[in-house]
Amino acid sequence: MKTDTQQGGLLILVTFIAAMMLTIIPLPDLLQRIRPEWSALVLLYWCMALPQRIGVGIAWIIGLLLDVLSGSLLGQHALSMTVIAYLILNMHQRIRLFPLWQQAAVIWMLLNLYQLLLLWFDGITGQPAKGLSFWLPPIAGMILWPGIFLILRKLRRRYKVK
Amino acid sequence: MEETPIKLLFTQGPSTTSRTVVLVLASVLMMTLDHRQQHLQSVRAGLSLMVAPIEYLVDLPTNLGRWIDESLSSRQQLMEENTRLHSQNLLMQARSLKNADLESENQRLRELLGSSVKVADRVLIAEIYKIDLNPYKHLIRINKTARHGVYLDQPLLDAHGIMGQVIKILPSYTTVRLITDPGHSIPVQISRNGLRTIATGTGKINELDLPYLPNNTDIQTGDLLVTSGLGGVYPPGYPVAYVTDIKRSPGLEFAQIKAEPTAYLNRSREVLLVWSGDRIKHMKTRQTQRDRNDEQIEQTATPTQDDAP
Repeated sequence: MKTDTQQGGLLILVTFIAAMMLTIIPLPDLLQRIRPEWSALVLLYWCMALPQRIGVGIAWIIGLLLDVLSGSLLGQHALSMTVIAYLILNMHQRIRLFPLWQQAAVIWMLLNLYQLLLLWFDGITGQPAKGLSFWLPPIAGMILWPGIFLILRKLRRRYKVK
Repeated sequence: MEETPIKLLFTQGPSTTSRTVVLVLASVLMMTLDHRQQHLQSVRAGLSLMVAPIEYLVDLPTNLGRWIDESLSSRQQLMEENTRLHSQNLLMQARSLKNADLESENQRLRELLGSSVKVADRVLIAEIYKIDLNPYKHLIRINKTARHGVYLDQPLLDAHGIMGQVIKILPSYTTVRLITDPGHSIPVQISRNGLRTIATGTGKINELDLPYLPNNTDIQTGDLLVTSGLGGVYPPGYPVAYVTDIKRSPGLEFAQIKAEPTAYLNRSREVLLVWSGDRIKHMKTRQTQRDRNDEQIEQTATPTQDDAP
């Protein structure tokens, strides 16, 4: 059983690295404001698909790396990632059965919570973001979710990640 | 063939919650430590090494593009560019000669007035990493660190004006907060009449706010704002922004004034770090400590007091 669970770790790592690259790749100002939270989306997928492998611990580590990448407080992304990972782990069995649009709606809610937590800690440390553009990335994430889901599922099945 | 093992439905049952609680508490603790004091700098430095390859990969296309551009340009092009730069250089030199004269005159006048302001600044060219950080904060990363004598709160310029100040120094890069960051304010004065005020960032890359000027202030669109030197972070006299829009509504306490930064905040690739006043000495000792040749460091053509007749 031990050897079986190790399969495909590389693929998971590659998807996370790709997500982080997409997070920091330079974009024009307008696109930058609607850039979805790629790492969160990938994390949510793996938590849902492989809850026995990808849990809150990995979410925390990915979040910490995001903190370093984005220059935010250490622990800010880590906390937000941990919370959404925890929530999706608790309901992954239900969400798996949802049709794609309904999944996307749940993902949207989780991404909103993620943004809210980030915004909250920004506010506490005295650097509030101005405007409502904070709520665009979750919508972009929701719209992209079906595509991300299908691509990652295809990859998961092809490389037999379990 | 091995048969697929049964996936247990409740493998992580109760422990996930407790683990989450522990991780959340750990995050809160880390945030507090990171915010209150600088104890976690080494943790951040270690983690930054882990993500360095990702940053390098993202930065690669721009670097590669530039390299290809440089190596594929024809001799003709290079010659043309060379002549152009040569004439530009000549022009600049002529202008700086004039400048040197003016500065020495300024120095003499200041001496007469009994005030001693040092005009000489040292600069070092740094390069910006082409990666996007948090879109709601205007932060950039540059490739010069403490090894090059960079210090906290050090001002950063480009060829056109003030860009921002250093907020974090790690072994591999330095983070700079731009003047348009919503959490940033810079003391300025209007160069036309010397009126002092504060310009704060708005979160838009081409806009600064001047929130503390009353309605009857003598300010016009097109006025140049320069650093006032108050606050001790920015050296005085560097251009910051042009006033673009003034709204004086009688119902409000202050006029609503917008300004546009003179620096090319989102276009520059090469930027300048500035050492001024006492910091120059500090940097000199740093330099002798590490025995490296640095042709990048240039003293701006500024006469010292000895030159004054």
